[in-house]
Amino acid sequence: MSFWDVTRQLADGFGITLIIFGITLVASLPLGLIITFGSMSKIPPIKWITKVFVWIIRGTPLMLQIILIFYGPGLMNWDIMLPRLTAVLVAFIINYSCYFSEIYRGGIESISKGQYEAGQVLGMTKTQIFFKIVLFQVIKRIVPPMGNEIITLVKDTSLARVIAVTELVKAAENIIAVKSILWPLFYVGAFYLLFSALLTFLLNLAEKKMNYYSG
Amino acid sequence: MSFLEVKNIYKSFGKTEVLKGIDFSMEKGEVLAIIGSSGSGKTTLLRCMNFLETPDTGTVSVNGNVLFSSDEPPYSDAEKREKRLHFGLVFQQFNLFPQYNVLKNVSLAPELRQLKGKKLSKAEKKEIIKQIDDNSRRLLDTVGLSDKVNNYPCELSGGQQQRVAIARALALDPDILCFDEPTSALDPELTGEVLRVIRELKTSDRTMIVVTHEMNFARGVADKVIFMADGVIEEYGTPDEVFGAPKSEKTRSFLEKSLENP
Repeated sequence: MSFWDVTRQLADGFGITLIIFGITLVASLPLGLIITFGSMSKIPPIKWITKVFVWIIRGTPLMLQIILIFYGPGLMNWDIMLPRLTAVLVAFIINYSCYFSEIYRGGIESISKGQYEAGQVLGMTKTQIFFKIVLFQVIKRIVPPMGNEIITLVKDTSLARVIAVTELVKAAENIIAVKSILWPLFYVGAFYLLFSALLTFLLNLAEKKMNYYSG
Repeated sequence: MSFLEVKNIYKSFGKTEVLKGIDFSMEKGEVLAIIGSSGSGKTTLLRCMNFLETPDTGTVSVNGNVLFSSDEPPYSDAEKREKRLHFGLVFQQFNLFPQYNVLKNVSLAPELRQLKGKKLSKAEKKEIIKQIDDNSRRLLDTVGLSDKVNNYPCELSGGQQQRVAIARALALDPDILCFDEPTSALDPELTGEVLRVIRELKTSDRTMIVVTHEMNFARGVADKVIFMADGVIEEYGTPDEVFGAPKSEKTRSFLEKSLENP
């Protein structure tokens, strides 16, 4: 099997990896914020339901969640069968929203009370205080931990193979199982390394851009 | 009727009674200094007037308008926003917005206030922003920072930051400007520049309440002095009365101690 044949097959797998990565990221970033508001809510039932939900999602393996979402409905005799990729996306989005929500919460809670009070005595509304004063400071503080989580997401996409979604790792497995060759595995490693290098570069750039002030 | 009238303010946090019946009044253009040891309730009193805390009982009125009364039902956020604008507050820790430059720190609140919920043409918007901008620059000039408009708070000294905070509070033109220990977070050599600004504001007839540990400042600048102890006003009078001939034993011992460790 030629280098180019392997490249083509792995590129197909990488396409799926990118889809899982991209859609999870785009959906989880805002959804995480909503979960944050839930877990910081002043209404006890909303707060506790959200906290228990986050605890369950963060306390169980993502792989288990993927399997449950894909097979669960059928095993309960419901008349729904999610397409494999959709099941993966649902599991990833829920899982990553919860992780992001905790990072957001940490960021929001790290902003001093004085910033809110300064906004209040200047007659700003709660919404104005959040969007005009607090949010940017939160974003600046959470870029490093979010970067960690985003790099982890790149590699977590390989969990999709558990329900036979042919992402990058599964694509390589398919090749080595048939051809009995080792090197495509290293080639796969190079895909991940290059992609996370690109993301690291972008995250550093964002960090630098926001470093025009300290604090 | 006085310009500011504060009556019968009580405030507890849980079982701790912090304010136990505060009554005082002041006239327009006066400077009132509030002194007293830590925990005597000075800061809580300022925070009550600025709607950062809600008193358990009492009334606050400015210029004949009742701003707070414990007899009225709790105010909505929008009502509070309107009412609190009669007061401005300068914090001990400055609390500037780190991501905005000095000019924007001053102009942000007036901009949000004047542009919110209004349908304005681009030209009208531009005009309003320009007016606010000019006014903000003028205020920064009066606190001596016209050369720092484009700097960020982290690039300024503590004294400069506190002067920006004063300009920011003035931008909404409050009836009464409150200072919560404005120099306590500053290095000793930087307190002078902040106190000088407050002194200059006095000459422009600003009504001000200054919670302070700077006894010389209170004595030299204030028209009236309140000494607070254990949640009550222990002594009230002109600086000469309070510092020169204190009636209360508590005031005397406080003043002796503050003069020992200035």
